[in-house]
Amino acid sequence: MTVVTDVVCPLCGSVCDDIEVEVEENKITKVIKGACAVGKSKLQGHERIKSPMIRVNGVLKECSYDEAIKKAAELLAKARRPLLYGWSSTVCEADKVGIALAEEIGGVVDNTASVCHGPSVLAIQDVGIPCCTLGQIKNRADLVIYWGSNPANAHMNHMKRYSYISKGYFLPGGKKDKKLAVVDVRETSTSKMAELFAQIEPGKDFLLFSAVRAVLMGYEDIVPDEVGGIPKEKIVTLANMIKESRFFITFFGMGVTQSRCRQNNIVNAIQTTRAGHLHTKGAIMPMRGHYNVNGFNQVCTWETGYPFAVDFSRGFAWYNPGETASTDLLGRGECDVALIIASDPASHFPADAVKHLARIPVIIIDPYHNPTTEFADIVIPSAICGIEAEGSVYRMDNVPIRVRKVVNTDYMSDEEIVERILEEVRAIKEKEGE
Amino acid sequence: MVEELRIKNGVVYDPINGVNGERREICIRDGKIVEDVMNPKVIDAEGKVVMPGGVDVHAHIAGGKVNSGRIFRPEDERRGREPKTKVCRSQSGYSVPNTFTTGYRYAKMGYTFVMEPAMPPLLARHTHEEFIDIPILDKAALPLIDNNWMTFDYVKSGDSEKLAAYIAWMIKATKGYGVKLVNPGGTDAWGWAKNQGLNDESEDWGITPAEIIRALAEANEKFEMPHAIHLHQNNLGHPGNFEMTLETYDVTEGVKASKDRSVTHLTHQQFFSYGGTSWKDFESQAKAIAEYVNKNEHVSIDTGTVILGDTTTMTADGPMEYSLYQITGRKWTNCDVELETGAGITPFLYSGKVGVHSIQWTIGLELMLLVKDPWKVALTTDHPNAGPFIGYPIVISTLMSKKRRDEVLSEIHSAVYDKSELPSIDREYDLNEIAIITRAGTAKILGLQEHGKGHLGVGADGDVAIYDISPEERDAGKIQRAFMNTKYTIKGGQIVVKDGEVVAAPEGRTFLVEPIFEDEEIYKEMLSDLETKFRDYYSVTMRNYPVQDAYTPHPYVIKAPMAK
Amino acid sequence: MEGIKVILISGRTIAQGENLENKMSEEYFNAVAICELNEGDMARLGVSADENVKVKTDYGEVVVKAKKAKGYPEGIAFIPMGPWANALVSANTRGAGMPAYKGLDAVITKTDEAVLYITDLFRKYKEEAWKK
Repeated sequence: MTVVTDVVCPLCGSVCDDIEVEVEENKITKVIKGACAVGKSKLQGHERIKSPMIRVNGVLKECSYDEAIKKAAELLAKARRPLLYGWSSTVCEADKVGIALAEEIGGVVDNTASVCHGPSVLAIQDVGIPCCTLGQIKNRADLVIYWGSNPANAHMNHMKRYSYISKGYFLPGGKKDKKLAVVDVRETSTSKMAELFAQIEPGKDFLLFSAVRAVLMGYEDIVPDEVGGIPKEKIVTLANMIKESRFFITFFGMGVTQSRCRQNNIVNAIQTTRAGHLHTKGAIMPMRGHYNVNGFNQVCTWETGYPFAVDFSRGFAWYNPGETASTDLLGRGECDVALIIASDPASHFPADAVKHLARIPVIIIDPYHNPTTEFADIVIPSAICGIEAEGSVYRMDNVPIRVRKVVNTDYMSDEEIVERILEEVRAIKEKEGE
Repeated sequence: MVEELRIKNGVVYDPINGVNGERREICIRDGKIVEDVMNPKVIDAEGKVVMPGGVDVHAHIAGGKVNSGRIFRPEDERRGREPKTKVCRSQSGYSVPNTFTTGYRYAKMGYTFVMEPAMPPLLARHTHEEFIDIPILDKAALPLIDNNWMTFDYVKSGDSEKLAAYIAWMIKATKGYGVKLVNPGGTDAWGWAKNQGLNDESEDWGITPAEIIRALAEANEKFEMPHAIHLHQNNLGHPGNFEMTLETYDVTEGVKASKDRSVTHLTHQQFFSYGGTSWKDFESQAKAIAEYVNKNEHVSIDTGTVILGDTTTMTADGPMEYSLYQITGRKWTNCDVELETGAGITPFLYSGKVGVHSIQWTIGLELMLLVKDPWKVALTTDHPNAGPFIGYPIVISTLMSKKRRDEVLSEIHSAVYDKSELPSIDREYDLNEIAIITRAGTAKILGLQEHGKGHLGVGADGDVAIYDISPEERDAGKIQRAFMNTKYTIKGGQIVVKDGEVVAAPEGRTFLVEPIFEDEEIYKEMLSDLETKFRDYYSVTMRNYPVQDAYTPHPYVIKAPMAK
Repeated sequence: MEGIKVILISGRTIAQGENLENKMSEEYFNAVAICELNEGDMARLGVSADENVKVKTDYGEVVVKAKKAKGYPEGIAFIPMGPWANALVSANTRGAGMPAYKGLDAVITKTDEAVLYITDLFRKYKEEAWKK
């Protein structure tokens, strides 16, 4: 039995990196410390796809990696409108090869951001974002606001490691020195801890941001008695908490990005932070879901100029979410082959988009069975990044961390698989004398 | 197979070796300059100008803030796009191009080495990941070590040995090249939305920026570091800041350099050479700055010359970017980095219709024309802050042609005639001086001439730029075009650009410095202090912090032993 | 029978997160194929915990198990993110690339229909895919 320290958790955007595990006979047998319930569950493993498979007469049949990769390459090489989607629960090294593959076949490459914080990106493109690393929050932020986000359930270590419950240089007392405010449509485990909880009516976030912003900018008189179900008094209290803080941070989640007004909510949230900045120091940060959803956005940006939903059908990178995001493409029934990696669009896309996946050849690369494998024509199992394969990931605050390889595996890594597909595609195109 | 190349009949400018416009042959074997070759491929450079590959001393080409600049400016990415070719990946961007494009465009201008001058240590891995995706160029990066709480502690306690031990650890941990400072003290104060001047004492730490600068210069000189401390001082971009600039220059006077170079390299000094008391009576004080540089040996500078037009500003000087955003009201991104540094980014338009911008444009040129010794001044645009690097050929032609300067002066805001010396300066750079401010001098400033950069002597890297221009050419337009797209660029003996087109895109190397701190006891004590910082205040563990070897697939390591 | 009008939201839960990579399991089904309602809404619908309800929007309908939960105001229903919630979402992103997953107008009724198991749900999608 060996103990491995400083293991990096490959689950959520918090990317905890102080995990200790016990390894016995090439398996993680125990999580000693550091991981939350959800992280622990991932580290200890679930049932895996045993072998590559190809669908023959409606049934998935086991085959070799070589066969599956070759078949996948054939499908992609002749595709006219291929979609390459996922890329968030894998490492940047795999993402890079994926972008090269999309470029090679003139496809659309997109990651899960398009269904979680895509609107945040659109907002940032409008107004920028005052942000900081999580350690800055730990050491300085005496007011923490979670808006449309429930870290107690979705990012379970977030408060303890980085925000409300953590102790920092200027806030040695931890939560004794800090204040917590929560805005949500429902009572949550997070909201129960808050000094101020504003239970907002669904879809009214834009209005509430506007009201807080108005107070911060000195226009308290124009705020009505009640906004989105929140009495004016409470709105003024929240604005005053911001004014009186030395450093405030707003963490926002999909409660804001996925509801009415989408990116406009985030623009307003950022503008509200800037308004707070007139009085004190402030920052705002999206609560990124997958551990490397941000990493794909980073890689895709430095390689193509744009963070997601990049269409290479013109030879150069073309970016226009609303036209080139995965849901758009599937919803229009436009793409003719889909390569899905490290994600499960069948579970997380709207039903109409999912139905188009049923109509076209689907290649999936993933360690686990999921509903998308039900649609897949080629299934290629892969090593689990952060447990069986190493590489770069980007935490929600843009801090790059290298996830470790803790145990060995016979499964190929995502990077190797996509690289092999790319080689095969190039070979096919060469043969065709392109 | 031995790869050999002979470049014949070219007119060679190799200032480090005293070659000033002479017809010489250049021979390359296995990527290095040699005396002679047996069976080479021959390039006839008859009537053309031959120089060593360009060396950029300061350009923000990779890392967290560059990428944040890309992310929030799709409108910039839509400029300059080109489809994928057999050799090149697809291209996007103007002031914040994608990584591949950065490599191609520099190579087309004849550059083969670029220094990324601001790497936040916690985000160092990001910078190196982007380096891997910048083809052709050799690269290095300077970690920011001036707003770090470890540095503050040792400056406060006066423990210069531990400070030296710390910078040695940090440069190795980040796979960096030297010591970078950006608004020392001020960027940390920005954690509370404050800022600091040179002699202001920090409320949190009880030290001044001047003390930080002096201490880091002394710590840097404890090693035989190839490069001086690289300083973006306090108070950038404010009217009247030239006085603090001159005071800052004095801070490191008397520090003994461990090698034949300056003690402090002051970067993009255009932004620090401002007179006046407000934007209304804003004026150039480039003359005062140049006079200081002319008289003193402990400083070298680069200019940060303005390219008129739209660009993306980005710096670790968080408070400065905030004030800029307050002026323009355009979008603004900020990123404070725990215990270390920060960053701000905002788009900016330098308009010839605006008096201040027009004067700023003259200052970057004045600095180059008024500093007499070209070895002390380097051409930069502080890419992309004063303009994108693809503006270099414009600057070169402007320096070489008084006529072009007069043309531009007549077109931009007339304030330049009252508020700047530029209209009265007649000096024109010759090609030898251009070679100094773009490769020979910059290589010397970075200590790279010992490592094969910036010259064409035997043993140097086979990095050569051949410009399709006669040495006598004085037409600014022709000069600009020639420097924009080389006839040939050769990198490590391989032809990478021919007739202005990229024909090969090999991977470049990463240059790293390894300072060797000798006293093990002191080093251990420093490590124990550092462990405390990680345990209590950082958001990552100390074991996950250093940049792994996987991020420098082609390293070139320079050892820096303790100075004797 | 008469249904009730609600605003439907979705989101992550701990049990959903624990089974994120275990989706073909009973545990995931139990964690995700549910609809949380407050006590009053349950009473108005005349359902008790673990009885089935049909949730319907302009874009689709799905049967899930009703669960009583605290912390919701009247008229708000919650289905954890996953295939059952997404059966009710439109693929029109209105220029954002992002579907509107939260804040949907929905009608809930009591039903005797069974909750489709994950494989059955997707088998149904496959069949419907070609009908269009």
